[in-house]
Amino acid sequence: MILDAKIPEGPLAEKWSKHKFNLKLVNPANKRKYTVIVVGTGLAGSSAAASLAELGYNVKAFCFQDSPRRAHSIAAQGGINAAKNYRNDGDSVYRLFYDTIKGGDYRAREANVYRLAEVSVDIIDQCVAQGVPFAREYGGLLDNRSFGGAQVSRTFYARGQTGQQLLLGAYSALNRQIHEGKVKMYNRHEMLDVVVADGKAQGIVTRDLIDGTIETHAAHAVLLCTGGYGNVFYLSTNAMGCNVTAAWKAHKRGAYFANPCFTQIHPTCIPVTGDHQSKLTLMSESLRNDGRVWAPKTPEMAERLRKGEIKVADIKEEDRDYFLERKYPSFGNLVPRDVASRNAKEAVDEGKGVGSSGKAVFLDFADAIKRLGEDTVREKYGNLFDMYYQITDENPYKQPMRIYPAVHYTMGGLWVDYNLQTTVQGLYCLGEANFSDHGANRLGASALMQGLADGYFVIPYTVGDYLATIGPKPIDDKHPAFAEAKKSVEEKIAKLLSLKGTKTVDDYHRELGIIMWEYCGMARNEAGLTKAKGLIRELREDFWKNVIVLGKNEEFNQSLEKAIRVADFLELGELMVDDALQRRESCGGHFREESQTEEGEAKRDDENFAFAAAWEYKGYGEQEELHKEELVFENVKLTQRSYK
Amino acid sequence: MSKHMNLTIKVWRQKNVQDKGGFKTYKADNIADDMSFLEMLDVVNEGLTKKGEDPIHFDHDCREGICGMCSLYINGRPHGPKTAITTCQLHMRSFNDGETITIEPWRSGAFPVIKDLAVDRTAFDRIQQAGGYVSVNTGGIPDANEIPVPKPIADEAFNSATCIGCGACVAACKNGSAMLFVSAKISQMALLPQGQQERYQRAQAMVNQMDTEGFGSCTNTGACEVECPKEISLTNIARMNREYFTAKFFKEEEMH
Amino acid sequence: MGNFKSTFSSTLGKKLIMALTGLFLCTFLIVHLVGNLQIFSHDGGKAFNEYSYFMTHFPPIKIISYLLYASIIIHAVYALILTLHNQKARPVKYAVYEGGKNASWSSRNMGILGTVLLIFIVTHMANFWFKYHNDMVPFVEYRTSLQTGETTVKEIPASEFRDFVKYVDNGVEIVRAKDLYQQVSYAFQNVWLVILYVVAMAAMGFHLYHGFWSAFQTFGWDHKKYMPIVSFLGVWVFAVLIPLGFAAMPLYVYFTK
Repeated sequence: MILDAKIPEGPLAEKWSKHKFNLKLVNPANKRKYTVIVVGTGLAGSSAAASLAELGYNVKAFCFQDSPRRAHSIAAQGGINAAKNYRNDGDSVYRLFYDTIKGGDYRAREANVYRLAEVSVDIIDQCVAQGVPFAREYGGLLDNRSFGGAQVSRTFYARGQTGQQLLLGAYSALNRQIHEGKVKMYNRHEMLDVVVADGKAQGIVTRDLIDGTIETHAAHAVLLCTGGYGNVFYLSTNAMGCNVTAAWKAHKRGAYFANPCFTQIHPTCIPVTGDHQSKLTLMSESLRNDGRVWAPKTPEMAERLRKGEIKVADIKEEDRDYFLERKYPSFGNLVPRDVASRNAKEAVDEGKGVGSSGKAVFLDFADAIKRLGEDTVREKYGNLFDMYYQITDENPYKQPMRIYPAVHYTMGGLWVDYNLQTTVQGLYCLGEANFSDHGANRLGASALMQGLADGYFVIPYTVGDYLATIGPKPIDDKHPAFAEAKKSVEEKIAKLLSLKGTKTVDDYHRELGIIMWEYCGMARNEAGLTKAKGLIRELREDFWKNVIVLGKNEEFNQSLEKAIRVADFLELGELMVDDALQRRESCGGHFREESQTEEGEAKRDDENFAFAAAWEYKGYGEQEELHKEELVFENVKLTQRSYK
Repeated sequence: MSKHMNLTIKVWRQKNVQDKGGFKTYKADNIADDMSFLEMLDVVNEGLTKKGEDPIHFDHDCREGICGMCSLYINGRPHGPKTAITTCQLHMRSFNDGETITIEPWRSGAFPVIKDLAVDRTAFDRIQQAGGYVSVNTGGIPDANEIPVPKPIADEAFNSATCIGCGACVAACKNGSAMLFVSAKISQMALLPQGQQERYQRAQAMVNQMDTEGFGSCTNTGACEVECPKEISLTNIARMNREYFTAKFFKEEEMH
Repeated sequence: MGNFKSTFSSTLGKKLIMALTGLFLCTFLIVHLVGNLQIFSHDGGKAFNEYSYFMTHFPPIKIISYLLYASIIIHAVYALILTLHNQKARPVKYAVYEGGKNASWSSRNMGILGTVLLIFIVTHMANFWFKYHNDMVPFVEYRTSLQTGETTVKEIPASEFRDFVKYVDNGVEIVRAKDLYQQVSYAFQNVWLVILYVVAMAAMGFHLYHGFWSAFQTFGWDHKKYMPIVSFLGVWVFAVLIPLGFAAMPLYVYFTK
């Protein structure tokens, strides 16, 4: 199969407008004859479900949480980018496009990214109209801040809770449609398979998490808005429930999985304290606007500090290595996430880490407090400082924070074309779950933008085109594909429940996480990845022999839920490793040790790797087949990123 | 370095909504004080699973205090002994070695127990569905800066909007009232210019749904405000009352 | 009408009724206290008895007094309705409940405090209101010389008493009245009654400590600038001063007569 991204012809700035015109429309009177399934109710899912229902389609929306409002978009702190140029500081759609392409280390599709930048302005309008309480200035207009290394202030924010406020906005739009009867909401339902009949996605299989009922739902199109797969690392900043299952099942039913190895490791997280740790907590990278990252200059000093022989205050200014400021004088502490993360890891690897585990560096606000005063710092970062204090029992106003990178976001995901359609007809993928807009590294405050862009402003047009093409004939849920999909889910569950092994699901998940972090984390190499592939296979085989899943299907059974998810992570992990192995270059979040500059910076290989890797599933345990979507850059010149 | 402690936990176990349920006691040994409360339960659950006993079911997701899914009533208080945090942010250093900790689900007729410590909070969703929104469709919206909002008003609206819908207010209230939750949304919308068009119908619709769900009535004890992990203020309830009475006595808008 | 019916049957509407009746009772307390202060005037109860007559016979006050009785009953009935409703809202109780950690004692015990007050009101009215209205109190005649201002007090038998009179005859002001004052003095010789009154006033203090402010909150009259004043009045006037004033009366009578 040849990957056709369906990028419209014409100049970059006109592609989307022209494309919208060329897309077929569904007759208003016919819209109510269509049903669309939306899986996941984060920013992408809620906004898509609400927008489609407003248009008149019948929507069935699903989430595994107890309420659509709890999807993990809620946890995004920092903000949302939009090329409004309210600050008159030189921002434009083109600059946002350019920054995103460059930030993604030239591994994203130009046309998609440009569209994202283009609709970004509408998102802000939409959210404000819904009553999202963005930060404002005294004049009553919207405030902006510079974020994540951007040189313009284009980030809109709602204190440290932007994701929450945006999600509640989308949730309110969704609620309105539920109230109107246009959306039927299924809380505590997990999607466990896609039904592909006659080459088209025509429904899904779900499990009711309360009573275990497994049922099929038919629809004219299925939208997966199921988020990222960062939890493959066990420890990540994702919510405990975040999983790849929906996307993975779609993959197994024919949707290609693109760039799975592109993982974003966020530099400012609270370090791990022990084996019991269940998740990592991110602190907004806005902290880097005022905090200075440093480590002790020598490993000896760091060791004395770790042992408690000296205190932080005992380390003199000249003995502190502000390594980001030193190495990247023009960007300093505001270098992109991947660069900041890798440098922290380097410091730790050199033995300069701090904290009891030695796996942390400092983020110091002493200068900011001196310069701005404690009150101003509190006003800006108070909630983050409180959170840090709550978790670590250390007061960041008095001593520097300890931070360490953690898995945060996955740029990879299901391959989609310009219409957000996967390689399965009628199966769409939105938000973090797809691969489309962030290339090999996502810029800060762009995830929220993408989720909402896809849901509010892209899918309502593109799915209409598909629906108009297939026509409003009801979907036949008597098609054998429905029964087959349901049966395969039931069998898998029965298998898991029958194992009665000796290790818990968490045991396997934790082990998988260690393998992934060790060999497919911040730095990767051929030998490590090859080893990891073997380890994952072994672990997966053992899992299917030796895992304990208690209880039965017909009840609220959290062990079973976890087991189903971890089983899929165990398959995904191997694909990530495969992808990291084939990409013998460093780019964005993917750092291959074999491919670095003399200064130890990531080195891209545009000649051989300017493509999106789309993997085709070939059966359980089989090597997946790689398809390449060549990335054509007509508007930007590929340069080595430099933040010096 | 972290300290370790041995604890006894007394946990409400209930198979499903029909089951009567009761307390069971477990040992939680060698618990590090820098574990979160939920991590302590994870440890206990790992032990139970290995023994072939059904693990304790409880709701949780983001574990960073924002999704509102975690919901435990610990030693007589929602989200445990500390204020302004959710259970997932509660750490074991707030407890002492040898202590017995009693863990119960949220108790409210409107929040039936699903299993053990997990309850069904869809009543909250239905209240939001009744009117917790501004009726705008996607697209065709004026520029964001055409709707100025004075900063103090925006900040106040934000304070109300931070509600995470966890239900601690209901759990804390001796009357099982949901008014802090309902009023937070009504307030947010009543304060902002965007919410004005449906202001009075919204207050009626949401209060009406709240009553339909069977929540208790407010006696202004203020327990909700104290226990709210997001420190939503009681002022919101006063504002809701004002909105509701104004709507009922002086306005002609009806619920839609 | 349907609209008002639905309003008052909502949880908010019921609370509104509680707040309205409660605040009305609060205003009554001020009037009642001011009037009762006559008890402290050294005139053999003349002012007090004249005041009692006025309160029971001046038509507008009579109307208000019926409103008052209604308010007490409605306040109590709605309290009961709401309490039952609230109990239904939590069918399974907590095994451990640390209410003291998040709410004041008085706010959590309004029902108990209110019940004490209701018992008190019944006793109080049986002792004074009922007896006064059914001529079960003594009668008294005051003769005050307008020149000297000296007053003589004389109990008169029921047969001589027709109705309250007040006239001047020969430079002497004559007042004949039901001697509620005497009844009060008599009743408060009973130490148990005095204790009941003091306890009830303490209960009233706690009840109003929460209740007065709470009524404003229920109305939605919440304002950053005025709420502190309301809270101040609620605590110092209604929860402290007024109950102290009332409690002082039985104590005064008990210890001085």
